[in-house]
Amino acid sequence: MDELYPKIYLYRRLVQAKLFIDAHYADKIDVSNIADEAYFSKFHFIREFKTIYHKTPHQYLIYVRINKAMELLKDEVPISEVCYSVGFESLSSFSGLFKRVVGISPSLYIDEHQKKKAQMAQSPLAFVPGCFAERNGWSKK
Amino acid sequence: MTHVSIYVLDQARAVDFYTNKLGFKIVTDVPMANDDRWVTVCPPEQPDFEMILSPVTRSVSSPETVAQLKELVAKGAFGVGLFTSNDIFATYEELKAKGVEFTKTPKKEFYGTEAIFKDDSGNWFSLAQLA
Repeated sequence: MDELYPKIYLYRRLVQAKLFIDAHYADKIDVSNIADEAYFSKFHFIREFKTIYHKTPHQYLIYVRINKAMELLKDEVPISEVCYSVGFESLSSFSGLFKRVVGISPSLYIDEHQKKKAQMAQSPLAFVPGCFAERNGWSKK
Repeated sequence: MTHVSIYVLDQARAVDFYTNKLGFKIVTDVPMANDDRWVTVCPPEQPDFEMILSPVTRSVSSPETVAQLKELVAKGAFGVGLFTSNDIFATYEELKAKGVEFTKTPKKEFYGTEAIFKDDSGNWFSLAQLA
């Protein structure tokens, strides 16, 4: 494998940097911290990271934060708490970025998720394809 | 295709594997009759493709068949699917760092570069960067 994989140490450092973002997204980290973590110069790191992940480290950090925010909002954590716990420092920048990435505001996202949750509680079978429900003996005859 | 079903040995553990190791998202998670749970997950970029995590006991009435099925899943008799990656080495290194078990490290084949990994039940998947 090593012959086919000449940049193994480069890959490992970039993957470690990605995993560092995955683990520390809520902390105050910037690209320099992450580049340091991966033992790269800042600009070399950004270029190599983008080649693999198609996002700059900063774009990826935002992506992770917004995804974590979506999970917390689904768990009915208040918006202001979500904002700070995923690493944003201002509610307005969080809400603006959330809307830009997800397409709707955090409050609308909560509303939509709560509606879906209520539907799931009320009619769980509506979320199971009929053929599977029938075969598993769940459908109401 | 919208749904595909995969037999798993421990549904809760499988949910953890597919979400926390492979990075899938939960699409539906609802309780069903007979203490069953309908759980589907999807790759983050493919929200319309749901993988149903089915306990081996579902829809199988004979205990002998359940035992046979468990044994077959655990021994890796089922090759379930193919994941493609734009950069197999990065994906391989990440999954390996997360503790995913590989039975084949990335190797150049005539169709591209391929690795093989197993889920927590024993089902195996090809991970490939196609040529």
